[in-house]
Amino acid sequence: MRALLARDLRLAVRAGGGFGLGLAFFLIVVVLVPFGVGPETAILARIAPGILWVAALLAALLSLDRIFALDHEDGSLPLLATAPLPLEMLALAKALAHWITTGLPLVVAAPVLGVLLHLPGAAMPWLLVSLALGTPALSLIGTFGAALTVGLRRGGLLLSLIVLPLYVPVLIFGAEAARRGAEGLPAATSLLLLAGIGLGCAALLPFATAAALRVTLR
Amino acid sequence: MPVLTEVSFRLAPGQGLVLRGANGIGKTTLLRTIAGLQPPLSGGVEGAGERAGYASHADGIKPALTVAETLRFWADLYRTDLPEDVFELFDLADLRDRPAGTLSAGQGRRLGLARLAVIGREVLLLDEPTVSLDASSVKRFAAFLRDRHLARGGIAVIATHIDLGLDLPTLDLTPHRAAPEAPGGSDAAFL
Amino acid sequence: MSIWSYANPRKFLDTTEPWVPRLMWLSAAVLAVGLVWGFFFTPEAERFGSSVKIIYLHVPSALMAINAWLMMLVASLIWLVRRHHVSALAARAAAPIGMVMTLIALVTGAIWGQPMWGTWWAWDPRLTSFLILFLFYLGYIALWAAIPDPDSAADLTSVLCLVGSVFAILSRYAVNFWNQGLHQGASLSLDAQENVADVFWLPLLVCMAGFVLLFVALVLLRTGTEIRARRITALRARARRAEPVRA
Repeated sequence: MRALLARDLRLAVRAGGGFGLGLAFFLIVVVLVPFGVGPETAILARIAPGILWVAALLAALLSLDRIFALDHEDGSLPLLATAPLPLEMLALAKALAHWITTGLPLVVAAPVLGVLLHLPGAAMPWLLVSLALGTPALSLIGTFGAALTVGLRRGGLLLSLIVLPLYVPVLIFGAEAARRGAEGLPAATSLLLLAGIGLGCAALLPFATAAALRVTLR
Repeated sequence: MPVLTEVSFRLAPGQGLVLRGANGIGKTTLLRTIAGLQPPLSGGVEGAGERAGYASHADGIKPALTVAETLRFWADLYRTDLPEDVFELFDLADLRDRPAGTLSAGQGRRLGLARLAVIGREVLLLDEPTVSLDASSVKRFAAFLRDRHLARGGIAVIATHIDLGLDLPTLDLTPHRAAPEAPGGSDAAFL
Repeated sequence: MSIWSYANPRKFLDTTEPWVPRLMWLSAAVLAVGLVWGFFFTPEAERFGSSVKIIYLHVPSALMAINAWLMMLVASLIWLVRRHHVSALAARAAAPIGMVMTLIALVTGAIWGQPMWGTWWAWDPRLTSFLILFLFYLGYIALWAAIPDPDSAADLTSVLCLVGSVFAILSRYAVNFWNQGLHQGASLSLDAQENVADVFWLPLLVCMAGFVLLFVALVLLRTGTEIRARRITALRARARRAEPVRA
């Protein structure tokens, strides 16, 4: 599993696009928002946690179809599937690689972009923690969606359609935690629920992803 | 739907088998089934599973990785040691640090085949391994199969159209082609 | 005789076909009784006025929107465990019906919400859940349509239905949680047993029965169509295989 993870990360770095693109997209969405809703500090500060969460979600979504698509096109997928690595671990490694290349940079960049949106300083730790807990779940769910749509023409659009409803609970609890933090309300419940979803996804979704991969490999 | 019927063979260590038959007869399907990528409609495969190494006609090469990194990755994934002579064996020594994306089709194929020497699997399932190889490379590959793989008790099932010069028994799949009315497959319930 | 014998497509078709028109007429009759009773022979509620009568469409369609998904879940499980093709096709057949039911529930809700709350739409937990359910239906149907191989499509949509069900339940609770963070807890939704008197409740029950019958009739009809479509594909594939392989 470590070998596969290292390979995917190396590929993401070399091919470009892996690390940078999601982050650039995140930045652009956040920069566009003030143009859309106006530059008033109070309004921006109020919506900042939600905007950052939605932007992070979209940035994660953008790169999902690459999780398996390249391996499918060049024929790596059957070769990986016949390797000693169980498909469940393959799914986990893929999700982890996706999180490290898109989720983690977003978590790191979020405070900087929070400043752009006048996010109150008190909300910053809550936003960071909620993103750190929530983005792995986004990657895991996205990997499942990607496995369902491997090899389909126009799979990208279909992938978004399938994955977005699945993202609803993560988005709700994540943004809720950040917002409560910003308003000085207790946010622990949301964070715990978010962590619960993340752990549940990590425990169960690799099996669903592997089942889907077995079907698409047939 | 059923493609082939009543295909049956048994191979002892050190034995190889060449599959023949027209395009579309089901050579790839048979190899994929033995590799465990798809279930047989009926019957079974014994002894392959965890011991099988599969090579499709696509090499699964990542353009951004170098030749050495590609082979190192497969060795790590299969938890084997990278044999030092693998580069000489497949004439890749000069290409060691070239990104795989810059290789020609034949060089890429050699890299794809070198993977088989790295993964240390006893049962090799090879789907048209010699496509885009020149004559000398075919000879090299045949020598690898004979001297390194079969001679050490390995097994190989090879779908190919050219003669590898290995003097292996041949299984012609033409008589095993499933009749249009053959039972089985998911469509059968609806006929 | 085991119930699984009906999993044979031929037998399923032969058995259900005569029932489709019968169920259609029956549901039409039951719905006519329920709707006429509900629309013309119930008093106007004090708080709601005549607009309350839309519940005779709104509540049964909302009920069937959820039940259709449950049926798809059960059918998907049967397909995954027992590999009965009819089961997978029934799940496929039920999805668009469930989606339309969800849409009816949303639209009638909006029409009712306008005079009642003064707005077409509110991010009330119930409304939001149904909107999300609608999205689930969309994704499920789109996945079925996108995969060419019928067995793979059945497998993948079944897995999606299973995973989707878990996330749908999660969403339901998440939405409840989320809404309390935004609004005051005033729920304007109708909880039949609690808020509705017998005069309204009885015709509502009749309408629900009518919707259930309608749903069953439509599912049987559409499953039959799916079976025939699969039969055509199977026959075509057999004809193709009879052609000689070109060397």
